[in-house]
Amino acid sequence: MRVQSAGAMGNKMSARIWFGGAAAGLAALAAVVGWMREPRQYRASPPLTAALDQLRLMPNAISGTPPEVYFALGKPYETTAFDLSQGKRLYSWFGCSACHGEGTGGKGPSFIDGWWLYGPSMVSIVASIRDGRPHGMPAFRNRMTTDEIWQLAGYIKSLGAYTASVTATARNDEKTGRPAENRAPAALLFNQGPEPLHPDQGPTP
Amino acid sequence: MFSASLLVFLTGCSGNQSALNTHGHSADALRDLIILITVVCTVVWLMVVGFLLWALARRREVPRRDSDTERKMALSIRLAIAATILTVAGLTIASFYTTRDLNSSNGASLTVRVKAQQWWWQFAYQASDQEPPFLTANELHIPVNKDVRLELEALDVIHSLWIPSLAGKLDMIPGRKNIITIRATRPGIYRGQCAEFCGLQHSHMAFVVVVEEGAAYQRWVAAQAAPAVEPAMAEASAGKAVFMSKPCAACHTIRGTSATGTSGPDLTHVASRRTIGAGLLETTRGSLAAWIADPQTLKPGNNMPLVPLTSDELRQISAYMEELK
Repeated sequence: MRVQSAGAMGNKMSARIWFGGAAAGLAALAAVVGWMREPRQYRASPPLTAALDQLRLMPNAISGTPPEVYFALGKPYETTAFDLSQGKRLYSWFGCSACHGEGTGGKGPSFIDGWWLYGPSMVSIVASIRDGRPHGMPAFRNRMTTDEIWQLAGYIKSLGAYTASVTATARNDEKTGRPAENRAPAALLFNQGPEPLHPDQGPTP
Repeated sequence: MFSASLLVFLTGCSGNQSALNTHGHSADALRDLIILITVVCTVVWLMVVGFLLWALARRREVPRRDSDTERKMALSIRLAIAATILTVAGLTIASFYTTRDLNSSNGASLTVRVKAQQWWWQFAYQASDQEPPFLTANELHIPVNKDVRLELEALDVIHSLWIPSLAGKLDMIPGRKNIITIRATRPGIYRGQCAEFCGLQHSHMAFVVVVEEGAAYQRWVAAQAAPAVEPAMAEASAGKAVFMSKPCAACHTIRGTSATGTSGPDLTHVASRRTIGAGLLETTRGSLAAWIADPQTLKPGNNMPLVPLTSDELRQISAYMEELK
C-alpha cells in the first residue's frame, strides 16, 4: 500500500518535472525568437536623423568619419535585413536604375565591379547620394529623408560588398542581370576593375 | 441564450459588404443557391438525426430472419439511396443553373479595366462618345441596372475581386485577364475587398462601389474626365508648386499639370473619393496630411516613401490635395 502510493507520488513528480521542463523550453524558444526579431521603425526620430546627418567628410569629399550615433546604434544600415530591404525598395522608388541599371551600371557607374570612384566607405556613399557628385549624379538631399539615404547607401554597399554577409535582402522574383544580393562575393568580379582615374583615390580593392 | 448568440452572428448578414444582403444580379443568384443548399441540408440533417434518435429509443427486438423483413430492409435501403441521389443531383443542377446565370449578360454597355496591385485598386474607364478615358483609384462608379464588364488584371501577385453585395469573387492573376460582369439592381454604396491573401496589407486593400442612377453617373464621369482644377487658395497654389518640385510628381499623375508618374494612384480628383489608402482613412485634409507625413506608419509596407517636407510644405500640399475635387 505504502509502496504503491509512493509510486503514484513519483509519477506525479516526474510528470510535473516534464511539464515544467517543456514550459521552460517553450519560454526559452519564444525568448530566442523574440530576440531574433529585428525591431522596425517606420519613421526615424528627428534627433536621430539630425545626428545621422553630421558626417565629417575629407576635404575632397571622399571618405571621412561617420557620425558617432551610427556606431552607437550598431551600424544598423549595413547589418539589419529590414534596412537593407528598405534600401532595395528605395533604389527602385527613386529611379536609381535609370542611370545605374540593376547595379550593373549604365550612364552611371556600376556598383558591382569592385571599383568605387569615391571609395567604398558608407560615408562616401551617403555623401554621394545626399550631395550629388560631378558628371550627373543629382543630390537627393531634398527628396529623401536622412535615414532613407542611409538605408539606400547600405543597400548599395551590400551590392558590391567584398565579403559575405549574414544579412541580405530577399532575391528578386524576376531574373536579374547581376548576381543576387545574398550571394558570397565572387572574386572574379573584383579582379578586373577599370584603371584608376587618379592614383590618389584610395587602394584598388 | 441560443437566440442571443444567433443575433450576434446575424448582424454580419446586413451592411454594405454582405453576401446575404444582395443588390446585384449574380449576388442574388448566389444568395438563392446558398439558401437552397442550407435549407435542403438542414432538412436532411434533421431527418437523419430524427431517425437516429428513433432507432436509439425504440424497443429492441430479436431480429427475425424471414423473407418479409429482408424485403422491407431492401426497400428502405433502396429508398434511402434514391433520396440521396435525387438530393445530390438536384443541388448539382441548381448549382449548374446558378453558374450559368452568373456568366450571362445582355451585352455590357460599359467596360472598366481593374488593375490590382499591392495594395490598392486602379480603375481605368474607357473613352466614350463625350468623354476621354480617365483613371481613378479605390472607387468604382457604375450605373444602376446596367451590365458592367470588369477586365481584371493583377500587376504583382494574385489578388481577388469580391464585392459580396453585388457579385461573387474572381481571382486576378498576373499575366492573365479575367472577366466578370456585374449588374447592380439598387443605387447605393457597397464595399469590395481583396479576397486572396496578397501580403502585409491585404486587409487594407478595400474599395468602394458607388451605384448611381444614369444622370448622376454621367455627371460623375464628366467630372472625373475633366482635368484637375487650378488651386484657388494661395496656400493650395504653393502646395501645387511643392508637389511638382518634390518626388511626388514622379509617381503620381495630376492631369492638366506636369505630374505624370504612373506607379502611384492618379490624384487628379483625389478629394472626390470617399477614402484614401484603399479604404484606410476617410478623405479629409487631416488624413491626407497624415498620410503624406508618414505613410509607412499608417500602412506599413506600402509603396509610398516618406518624402521630407517642412511643416509649411505639408500644410500647403494638403491644402492642394483637398482642392482636387
